[in-house]
Amino acid sequence: MLEIDRLSKRFSGLVAVDDVSLRVEHGSITGLIGPNGAGKTTLFAMSAGFVPVDAGNVRFEGATVTSMPPHERTRLGMVRTFQIVQPFAGLSVRENIAVGAYLRTPDRADALAEAETVGNRLGLGPMLDFAASSLTVAGRKRLELARALATRPRLLLLDEVLAGLNPTEIRDILPVIRSIRDDGVTIFMIEHIMQAVMNLCETVYVLNEGKLIAEGAPAIVCGERPVIEAYLGQGAAARLRAEGGQPHA
Amino acid sequence: MSARDLFPILPVLLVLAVLPFLGLSGSLLNLLIFMMIVALAAQGWNVLGGYGGLASFGHAAFFGTGAYAAAILQTRYGVNAWAALVAGVVLGSLVGAFIGLLTFRSGLKGSYFALITLAFAEVLRIIANSSEITGGGAGIVVPIDYGFENLQLRDRRFFVLLAVICVGVGLVITRWLDRSKFGAYLIAIRENEDAARALGVNVMNVKLGAITLSAALTALAGVLYTQNFLFLDANVAYGPWISIEALFAAIVGGLGTMFGPLIGAVVLLGAGEITKEFSGGIPGFDLLVFGVILIITVAFAPNGLAGISLKSFRRKTRGHTARSSRDGGADA
Repeated sequence: MLEIDRLSKRFSGLVAVDDVSLRVEHGSITGLIGPNGAGKTTLFAMSAGFVPVDAGNVRFEGATVTSMPPHERTRLGMVRTFQIVQPFAGLSVRENIAVGAYLRTPDRADALAEAETVGNRLGLGPMLDFAASSLTVAGRKRLELARALATRPRLLLLDEVLAGLNPTEIRDILPVIRSIRDDGVTIFMIEHIMQAVMNLCETVYVLNEGKLIAEGAPAIVCGERPVIEAYLGQGAAARLRAEGGQPHA
Repeated sequence: MSARDLFPILPVLLVLAVLPFLGLSGSLLNLLIFMMIVALAAQGWNVLGGYGGLASFGHAAFFGTGAYAAAILQTRYGVNAWAALVAGVVLGSLVGAFIGLLTFRSGLKGSYFALITLAFAEVLRIIANSSEITGGGAGIVVPIDYGFENLQLRDRRFFVLLAVICVGVGLVITRWLDRSKFGAYLIAIRENEDAARALGVNVMNVKLGAITLSAALTALAGVLYTQNFLFLDANVAYGPWISIEALFAAIVGGLGTMFGPLIGAVVLLGAGEITKEFSGGIPGFDLLVFGVILIITVAFAPNGLAGISLKSFRRKTRGHTARSSRDGGADA
């Protein structure tokens, strides 16, 4: 579905992403985790075309999209959400979602109807006519998802959709994400909340200081030594090992 | 956009069209014409500044291009006035597209965009003031030759009618923005450019379309100015006055609203005229009033005069909002 091939990005001296290759399989929920500043968001921005790549290639469904502008990638069927939610504050929730729906129809009535369908599905039904700026954080995250879904993507790039939500809100939104995948949308997600990663992802990639340090099933990856060291530091990781306890992430 | 979407426009146009035939004095007719010209320029400004969030200080560039194109084509090349009108609008929109291409490619927004547009208008003013084809400092006089085919109407009432029709075109275009994909994309860009881009909006094309459309409307106002006053010089055509009045009228009336620019132009010029009466013609006093009106509006009605009525209407009908916007009624 999505193939990232030896991607690199440098910001004047700082190597944000260093020679990273990974694959997101069709129909999977694939996670991208790593400590703060690991380069996850930069990798995402390059995948979606928001940041030009220094080296490497991005392929979507076999087609090279490395230098394709973001709006054309969205037309092809890959859409991203933002870590810091970006609602169209002055518009209603329905109109926000309709902007996404307009990608597949020029007709206002169709776009608004699609917005209503998608909004209802994401539990935004009662809020459809509220101003987007009046939504809570959880509401905004759902709106971010709804707008992206309204473009009818085949690949969804989710940048920390769960960040800032409380445990109840997370519990409520996990089934929504799973049902999106069950409808045939492949999901590639950056996530910090391990409970969610364990719960949702079949495969995770771990990024640290711009480099890929581990990949595999989440339960296995989390026990790997470089991953623990990246998160906890070498000292703490060593102490954990010394105490003999199998670290549980 | 369906025919029903145009319903709110009809009564307003009807009132404006009947007004000149109620026995208004010549000076009131002239004021009405001037109001319509400024309203049209402000409608143009509103497309880019109100809907697109790209505030320009240089709409004179489009106004003046329309005005000069009409005057020069008629006087120097003997082109028919109606053809000159079309040419004026086309040339004005080309200037818009050109400025858009330069500024949007380099990602200019906010105050940078405003300053660049101001600079373009000023450069054009200086060129027009010193070049031969525009008549330099002496300006251009379009010879009086009354007749419908020359777009010169001896009866002022019919010129009002013509100007009202043009404002009607502006209203229809604005309504279309409220009801179309293009308009939704433009508003999305105003609210958040990155989010719009992520949702598949070709930001560059939409912005270019907006500045071209905006310039076309303002250029049409320029053509009307030429045909009404039959005289033009660089300070009138490319002077900052029209850039300022276009943006004042749009802001005071209500950014991104259909009737805002029209309401703003009528209120501002009306208030200006009234103060001229009472201040005994102290020069610049009407501008002072403009400033006061602008400050009051921004402080107490940030959504403009059109926003006040919309807000109170919404408050009254809060219980029905869910239903009304299912009909597609939410047009903030």
